[in-house]
Amino acid sequence: MNLTLKIWRQKNATSKGKFVTYKVNDISPNSSFLEMMDILNESIVLKGEDPVAFDHDCREGICGACSMYINGRPHGPDKAITTCQLHMRRFKDGETIVIEPWRARPFPVLKDLIVDRTSFDKIIQAGGYISVNTGGIPDANAIPIPKVDSDLSMDAASCIGCGACVAACKNASAMLFVSAKVSQFALLPQGKIEAAERVHNMVAEMDRLGFGNCTNTGACEAECPKEISISNIARLNREFLCSKIGAPKVKEETGGF
Amino acid sequence: MAELNSKIPKGQLAEKWNNYKAHTNLVNPANKRRLEVIVVGTGLAGASAAASLAELGFKVKNYCYQDSPRRAHSIAAQGGINAAKNYQNDGDSVYRLFYDTIKGGDYRSREANVYRLAEVSNSIIDQCVAQGVPFAREYGGLLDNRSFGGAQVSRTFYARGQTGQQLLLGAYSALSRQVKKGNVELFTRHEMLDVVLVEGRARGIIVRDMISGAIERHAAHAVVLATGGYGNVFFLSTNAMGSNATAVWKAYKRGAFFGNPSFTQIHPTCIPVHGDFQSKLTLMSESLRNDGRIWVPKNKEDAEKIRHGKLQPTQLAEEDRDYYLERRYPAFGNLVPRDVASRAAKERCDAGYGVGETGLAVYLDFSDSINRLGKNVIEARYGNLFQMYEKIVDENPYKTPMMIYPAVHYTMGGLWVDYELMTTVPGLFAIGEANFSDHGANRLGASALMQGLADGYFVLPYTIQNYLSDQIRVPNFSPDLPEFLRTETEAKARLQKLMDVKGNQTVDSFHKRLGHFMWEYVGMGRNAEGLKKAITEIAKLREEFWKDVKIPGELNEINPELEKAGRVADFLELGELMARDALDRKESCGGHFREEYQTPEGEALRDDQNLMFVSAWEFTGENKEPIMNKEPLDYEFVEVKQRNYK
Repeated sequence: MNLTLKIWRQKNATSKGKFVTYKVNDISPNSSFLEMMDILNESIVLKGEDPVAFDHDCREGICGACSMYINGRPHGPDKAITTCQLHMRRFKDGETIVIEPWRARPFPVLKDLIVDRTSFDKIIQAGGYISVNTGGIPDANAIPIPKVDSDLSMDAASCIGCGACVAACKNASAMLFVSAKVSQFALLPQGKIEAAERVHNMVAEMDRLGFGNCTNTGACEAECPKEISISNIARLNREFLCSKIGAPKVKEETGGF
Repeated sequence: MAELNSKIPKGQLAEKWNNYKAHTNLVNPANKRRLEVIVVGTGLAGASAAASLAELGFKVKNYCYQDSPRRAHSIAAQGGINAAKNYQNDGDSVYRLFYDTIKGGDYRSREANVYRLAEVSNSIIDQCVAQGVPFAREYGGLLDNRSFGGAQVSRTFYARGQTGQQLLLGAYSALSRQVKKGNVELFTRHEMLDVVLVEGRARGIIVRDMISGAIERHAAHAVVLATGGYGNVFFLSTNAMGSNATAVWKAYKRGAFFGNPSFTQIHPTCIPVHGDFQSKLTLMSESLRNDGRIWVPKNKEDAEKIRHGKLQPTQLAEEDRDYYLERRYPAFGNLVPRDVASRAAKERCDAGYGVGETGLAVYLDFSDSINRLGKNVIEARYGNLFQMYEKIVDENPYKTPMMIYPAVHYTMGGLWVDYELMTTVPGLFAIGEANFSDHGANRLGASALMQGLADGYFVLPYTIQNYLSDQIRVPNFSPDLPEFLRTETEAKARLQKLMDVKGNQTVDSFHKRLGHFMWEYVGMGRNAEGLKKAITEIAKLREEFWKDVKIPGELNEINPELEKAGRVADFLELGELMARDALDRKESCGGHFREEYQTPEGEALRDDQNLMFVSAWEFTGENKEPIMNKEPLDYEFVEVKQRNYK
């Protein structure tokens, strides 16, 4: 396959970026999208120029590092996959492909297609955990959990933290990401104990970091490579409301709980 | 030759760890606050260790090269984690898990370590459930298990095909909690370049900030390496693109011995290689062997027709198929350990029975299970794996059998550590895949997650205190000490040297050539001639690399080519050591198969008389031959015999 690529190039966080056009030829339809990028980069390096920087690591759709906005869609045209799982057979010979980084203020571009997603880590640090120390834990089967709850919790827990939901959202909202973690724990008895503090602190941190509001367009769900359901956002809203009504014990700066 | 002290506690096997814990030195809470520990890596071992040490009160600094700790490659483990809970009432016990692991490792691991691993395995499951890890459950609400290779019980806990992800996110959440509390300082997009020794003890590291390119000096009372394995020396492996050996290799060059470098695990069920543009291999979980049956055509003519697309596998009659694992190993069938399954696949393909365009593939067929259990059951068990397969190969595995072939997956070798997980450099610890410790010559499925978390949650937090207890009077180190400045200068000089080569070939092209030598001569089947060739060829390639590698860009910016170059430079040295170790070990054991040493049936032939030891390689200087030290393995409690899965 022969392709034309229009790729966002930006030297660093402070410089101004622009699109640069590249041609790649003789690409196998069986190669993955990132292997196509490897071939492009190999040719750029041999010319002595700076190759296109992009995040990637596991290349099997689970680490959440890869993050390309391809032809106007996070992770490209296919449903339920990450960029690294996208294959060139999905494109037509002679096609022009536009490749951009995630675009959201809380994800500033660091170079080319690499963005800074540490804001996601900060949201988890604000409360995305159950406060147990190592050791002194009762037997794993001490608390039976209905299979249906456990399965729903697992659905939510499949989030890979890639940020496609934010990139897809016109408001750059992180609600799907936050709701996935809140739901995972809210559905389990272990997580209920700190449910109110958790949802309060995570939402507060999300707001503080500058993510936008949710207006229920559903773009996040449509683009999520792990098909995290938007119903988790409904559960987040419910948990948030309950934390305001039912549990006045929420401490503001607890410094972790 | 150096004297290796493995520090195995005295007493009966079942009492060693309890005795150790009862008598080891501890650090009191006030002193813990003053002691700093560096943990490099945020995978299962690193994140669990950093979180657990911080919970105890130590000041922890934690580093990873990824943009977030959650992306460490433990995340990609699919199938599950073993524990001796015996929830299935099928006869499991701590002893049986221990025994299976020792046997699976082909009697090349330490009894005391493996027993401890089996002992703490149950606590890991408890810990993870308390953290909110959503393991698979039965309708009654209790935890479900499945079986894995090398075991006759069902002891594997799992979270769909994403067990590693869920366990890592559990450890990551514990870590995040300690970051918020201020007990862990996190350094993402930081790559370790060297370890700093002060008066013979590990006291810090040199790292590169991968965004600014700045070289930084970080000091602590102890350094823990949890940097994973070195499978990427083969270029194509199931490891993440960034997985590398730089941290352990630099530790080796600073005096830490390297244990069993040649012990590599080739995983039997990976998606076959399909082109030379390929950048990595994708694993299909071993759990698939629970319900999938492995076969190739019985007749070479059929295999040939299939390779040329003239015959579909589904058209082949039952009697024309050779379920070779079931034929050769009736007792374990498709669930033989990985090394055995991989070699059997290679044997069939080498003999001309392979399928796929290249002839380097065998079938993993689910049609029997789909008929027996229904498609929906298979989908519930393996849905995400089937989807992953279809995305890559563009074939529907519910209809056509999957094609699989062995691929490099895990390295049992690693930094030599004693019972306390300390390397031969005082104050330098290695945990998880980065050490050599528990899997001998072959790791059983679902045991890597177990070992990573055992080391991080339940072993290191005890053993490191024994070291730190006599460090309480040592004030915090200044990273401005001459030792730090000197190591920093060396690290900078090396990067500058790489940039200054200004040659004509890309880093990847060197890496691919190295990978080719490694796979060809230090891969699944090894022989003296090939290994000798590998040693000379790798040395030549290394020389060429330093004369002709081309790295664009600058030092002080995000520079992925420079990052790769540093890693490949280390792989080019490590690959040679692996070949040396493989050449030296004149026997076949586990994943190390020397073609000269096999039984008439083609099974691995060990030499227990002479080779029942851990090889611990000692660096003696650049371009000098390393020294091989031996740690003899005593089997006090287990009767050593030839592995038999028939």
